[in-house]
Amino acid sequence: MSSFYPILKRELKGYFATPVAYVFIVIFLFINALFTFQLGRFFEMNQATLTGFFMWHPWLYLFLIPAVSMRLWAEERKSGTIELLLTQPVTLAAAVLAKFLAAWAFIAIALILTLPIVFTVAWLGDPDLGVVFVSYVGSFLMAGAFLSIGIFTSALSKDQAVSFIISLVISLIFVLAGFDVIIDFFSAWAPEWLLAAVSSMGFLTHHMSIMKGIVSFQDVLFYLSLTAGWLTACGFVLEAKKAQ
Amino acid sequence: MTLIEAKKLRKVFGPIEAVKGVSFKVQKGEALGFLGPNGAGKSTVMRMLTCFLTPTSGTAVVGDHDILNDSMAARRMIGYVPENSPTYGGMTVMGFLRFIGELRGLNGAELNQAMERVIDRCWLEDVAYQTTETLSKGYLRRVGLAQSLLSDPPILILDEPTDGLDPNQKHEVRTLINEMTAEKAIIISTHILEEVDAVCTRAIIIAKGQIIVDETPEELKKRGGGDLNQAFRKLTVKEGEHS
Repeated sequence: MSSFYPILKRELKGYFATPVAYVFIVIFLFINALFTFQLGRFFEMNQATLTGFFMWHPWLYLFLIPAVSMRLWAEERKSGTIELLLTQPVTLAAAVLAKFLAAWAFIAIALILTLPIVFTVAWLGDPDLGVVFVSYVGSFLMAGAFLSIGIFTSALSKDQAVSFIISLVISLIFVLAGFDVIIDFFSAWAPEWLLAAVSSMGFLTHHMSIMKGIVSFQDVLFYLSLTAGWLTACGFVLEAKKAQ
Repeated sequence: MTLIEAKKLRKVFGPIEAVKGVSFKVQKGEALGFLGPNGAGKSTVMRMLTCFLTPTSGTAVVGDHDILNDSMAARRMIGYVPENSPTYGGMTVMGFLRFIGELRGLNGAELNQAMERVIDRCWLEDVAYQTTETLSKGYLRRVGLAQSLLSDPPILILDEPTDGLDPNQKHEVRTLINEMTAEKAIIISTHILEEVDAVCTRAIIIAKGQIIVDETPEELKKRGGGDLNQAFRKLTVKEGEHS
């Protein structure tokens, strides 16, 4: 695993070497502030909560995270560096994990930069900081799940736009999985157990429950196992179509 | 000393059998030229030896390490320059070499020395702090060679190392290869026949996934009445068929 750290470092640095990181962070912070204080009707509600801040995260991630993850493998394929990277003494698992963790660390940085919103609310009122902390953890775990879908689709083709779109579609299905749009699609033909499985996979459902300040073991397990599943799938796809 | 031994390497992509059971050996001090028409399977053989692709059947032993059972140790024995010598565009030459060096397990003073050595050897002083996307093809090839030499591996595998270079640059790269032949086992794929004369001690011709000739450049020339081009055409194009 000695080659794990150099890849992680290179990838994380790579975000800041291009405009991607700065564009992402500025837009992420701007939209977060806008949604929290304007659309979230923060001042009209007259309550010191950050619900209006966290409730938008699934929708922000839906569009922004595929943009962060789309380059991870597609770029390696396009430039041919995948052949250089995967002939070094590096296991495929270490390479996938290092790239994923670099992207996740980048999202963590963006999330940390939203702390002034928390400070504002804490200055104006007396929010439940326990709930805020749990919501941050939940949001970060959800970001990991989005990212794992993105790194999987990034491995599918050398075209970043293809990765972006497929990732967005898969993510949207997961965001809405607990809602009628998706349930209706399955209820016509799917057996009961599949229907139950699908409806329990909704990011929104899990996110809402975490936002109440309750960390359930199930929510954490859900995000982590989903992430692990997509990362494994990413490894298989790469192994199967390395040279294409 | 045998450093590379390919044992019936075979690779199937869907319905196409790209490499049909290829066996050969390369000794230390040899520079083996891989010749063949485009699409003959040269790159696929190289990609199997370097552990990028897994053979459908067969295996290879690279410096005592089996590529299937002991892949990580086998990779450490090989310096590889893939086709077109890919690099990460946003990195400087120094940054790129440092990254590859770290992947190969070098660090600290050892890594710095290795970087100095390859930058000097591949004439990269002038561009050391430029990003690789700004470099010309000639410099990119040199960067590719430089990264393959970082850990001073006993085996070099170079996929078309002079493709797209001007005559002076070709000469430079060939001089570099010649300087290293004595101490290493080298495989060079090419479809430029003059390269065989310039750098190879032995040549293999691959066509349609099979080895059809394995001999010295002199022997190969005799087949074409002293002309490599003639010999190549004779062997790779059947009568009545156009290449």
